[in-house]
Amino acid sequence: MINNTDAVRLIDSKREDSVIVPTMNANNVGFGLPSVSTNQSLDLPLSGAMGKASNLGLGIALAQPGRKVMVLDGDGSLLMNLGAMVTSANKAPTNFYHFLFNNKVYAVTGGQPIPGSDCQDWEGMARAAGYAAVFSYDNLEDFTTGIDEVLAAAGPVFVHLAIEPQIENTPVQFRPRAQRTVKMAFDEVPAALGVSSG
Amino acid sequence: MTTYESVLHPPAIIAELKKNNITHVVWLPDSETNFMYQLLNEEDSLDLVPVCREGETMAIAAGLWVGGKKPVVLIQNTGIFESGDSIRGLGLDINQPLVMLIGYRGWTRRGPTPDSAARYIEPILHTWGINCYLIETDDDADRISIACEEAERTQKPVGVLVGTEFGV
Repeated sequence: MINNTDAVRLIDSKREDSVIVPTMNANNVGFGLPSVSTNQSLDLPLSGAMGKASNLGLGIALAQPGRKVMVLDGDGSLLMNLGAMVTSANKAPTNFYHFLFNNKVYAVTGGQPIPGSDCQDWEGMARAAGYAAVFSYDNLEDFTTGIDEVLAAAGPVFVHLAIEPQIENTPVQFRPRAQRTVKMAFDEVPAALGVSSG
Repeated sequence: MTTYESVLHPPAIIAELKKNNITHVVWLPDSETNFMYQLLNEEDSLDLVPVCREGETMAIAAGLWVGGKKPVVLIQNTGIFESGDSIRGLGLDINQPLVMLIGYRGWTRRGPTPDSAARYIEPILHTWGINCYLIETDDDADRISIACEEAERTQKPVGVLVGTEFGV
């Protein structure tokens, strides 16, 4: 399996001018994208509205067709909004890259198992939904070798990553909070994109 | 005496969307909007974004807005009930100036409605602090412009309740 921080660090290292939409463990303050990002002004984290990260990324991808959009999703999150895979594939933006961090648990609530975590076929679901290309990695070496091919493929691309669970049991009110809030990110990203909304 | 035709035609809605420079319509069809769907597909200036569940619409609209576009969502009132966390997290919390066109299923001016979708929608919107306007005929369509102006001025979602079936 792939360490969560190693995965976000590798994706970030290949981002160039991409917008990244991380959620759940991929957005963890201590070991997710906020801990390694090299261009925070183009990070649009989503910590509320669970399950909607890929929808948010789809909207950006449609609005900014000349720029890659990378969604860093969670398995529990995506299961809350599985139809979003079809929604994304149906609009078929070629600049849309959907990474699934599959750790098989609800890591931020104490590690309870995801329903059906031992029998899910995420690659199969992505192909059936209509993604143009589907990749899967269960170790960092292969992911490191393969990521250039992933990002060279025309989207919508789905990338399944087998991630080591990093479980949090600390009550929410005692966890470190992001200094850059979701609202701040929504205010900053349009400026980084050079658009007037936001 | 002026006679009003009590019908709402899709072209009146489309004209309002174009007048307000709307770029995308993020939608899930309800039982009254097929005429609208046909026209939207024929309108080059509006990009239709179909979804599988209504809660997706506010999130996609948020991404479009951040990316510099001007979307609206078009769903039924039943879909608003399903969309609560999206409206909270990706509408109100981020100050998205989003106009939501909402099919007012069950609405009637002729006495009480048996449809709970109609009875609950306005109290729910008002609980969120979301203002809303009612359109029932072509003469009301300019309330979409009022809603667009209000959404921009207040930087928050505004509802437009479509209280009648579309005419051909």
